[in-house]
Amino acid sequence: MFRNQYDTDVTTWSPAGRLFQVEYAMEAVKQGSAAIGLRSKTHVVLGCVNKANSELSSHQKKIFKVDDHIGVAIAGLTADGRVLSRYMRNECINYSFTYESPLPVGRLVVQLADKAQVCTQRSWKRPYGVGLLVAGLDESGAHLYYNCPSGNYFEYQAFAIGSRSQAAKTYLERRFDNFMDSSREDLIKDALMAIRETLQGETLKSSICTVAVVGVGESFHILDQGTVQQMIDAFDIAGEQEAPAPEPDADAEQGAAAEPGAGADQVGAVDEGVAPMDI
Amino acid sequence: MDSKMQQHGLLGSESDSQRTLYPYVTGTSVVALKYKDGILMAADMGGSYGSTLRYKTVERMKAIGKHSLLGASGEISDFQEILRYLDELILYDNMWDDGNSLGPKEVHNYLTRVMYNRRNKFNPLWNSLVLGGVKNGQKYLGMVSMIGVNFEDNHVATGFGNHLARPILRDEWHENLSFEDGVKLLEKCMRVLLYRDRSAVNKLQIAKITEEGVTISPPYSLKTFWGFSAFHNPTVGAEGSW
Repeated sequence: MFRNQYDTDVTTWSPAGRLFQVEYAMEAVKQGSAAIGLRSKTHVVLGCVNKANSELSSHQKKIFKVDDHIGVAIAGLTADGRVLSRYMRNECINYSFTYESPLPVGRLVVQLADKAQVCTQRSWKRPYGVGLLVAGLDESGAHLYYNCPSGNYFEYQAFAIGSRSQAAKTYLERRFDNFMDSSREDLIKDALMAIRETLQGETLKSSICTVAVVGVGESFHILDQGTVQQMIDAFDIAGEQEAPAPEPDADAEQGAAAEPGAGADQVGAVDEGVAPMDI
Repeated sequence: MDSKMQQHGLLGSESDSQRTLYPYVTGTSVVALKYKDGILMAADMGGSYGSTLRYKTVERMKAIGKHSLLGASGEISDFQEILRYLDELILYDNMWDDGNSLGPKEVHNYLTRVMYNRRNKFNPLWNSLVLGGVKNGQKYLGMVSMIGVNFEDNHVATGFGNHLARPILRDEWHENLSFEDGVKLLEKCMRVLLYRDRSAVNKLQIAKITEEGVTISPPYSLKTFWGFSAFHNPTVGAEGSW
């Protein structure tokens, strides 16, 4: 989009009925590194790509636990994301204290959206430059929501945000019909595959991604790097097509790559020392 | 400077028009128990003004939302205030219109917070509250006192009910009471209270709450028996007294 005379203020409409500052804020989300989310009837999985600026630095935290039953993955201005996570944690803990009951995700998401809307209607504020994928459980089941800087929110079966998220979205669009009845393992496998799609050829390893799960009987928690790497090894090398059951000893199927893209990945994987039996 | 300090209410005894000192119109005990399908609660309809049994049609039990039933003893005007708070709470809950609703546990905890916060300001709501309900098949029965003490149990009572009714319930309550047995047990407790509590009146209501909803019975009276031999010629051992 190009600069124009209606984009200086968030409180200025364009003649076409657009608020350019809000749209620019959504651009900021598109520039952040990818985050994906998907859900079944009983579980929600969040994943994100964690790229460190240099080899010397650690990578930014993009997935936050908000309460035992709610977690959030962000893309965009991470600082804005941290502030909103703190707000969400506060709301959850206040509700828990007053009612001794977990805050329903749907209500938290609406409160978050209303907070974002305020920033689109004050001349002395700017919109939050972060998109949030909110994963949570409540009485009516497992939910995944996407909160926009515009103050809109939507519920999704699966979604991806951030840079190169279109590739992940395409992958998820092909598979989402099965998600509702997926097992926890299959859901995580699909999340890892979706993350891999956004890497566009780069090898998927646990050092560059983060995965978190919340489900019935399972508090929201981030899976540790060891577990994630095991799963990558189990799922990735075992064949990226419709093979449902992951096998740890996938030596035999190493060379059996069908897609050229996947083949390149596999070769890359072997080269970079991701040995299948290295568990 | 001096008058400002007194208005804080912590030190001086002047400017105490801002805090509750003693109750005026009070209700006596509420008794409640869990039974097979939900909760049964009983309370008489008396509102005493000190030692005078002034008002005899005071409804001390009310339905709260879809899932809860609240009974109160103590200051009646404070009970009405609490009903206004809860009305607003339930209204906002319904306005979300999202399939979630506040159950008895949530209402109980909300009331605990309210009572405790008022106690901390030395301006209590002078009530003992009994909160019962059923949600998603789970039965819940709890109590909150005017100082914010709260707990859950299979049977609860307020005021004199603690001393006269709880012992009976401890002996005779068991899991999965039928509706008829539950009512009989409650009536036994209420009868003892009618005989022995001076602020009890013989006009009571029994309320039940199940998954389907709340039903509060119309007012009725208990049968009492006064034909004890000790009541004939009571002055036989002390001539001249009455």
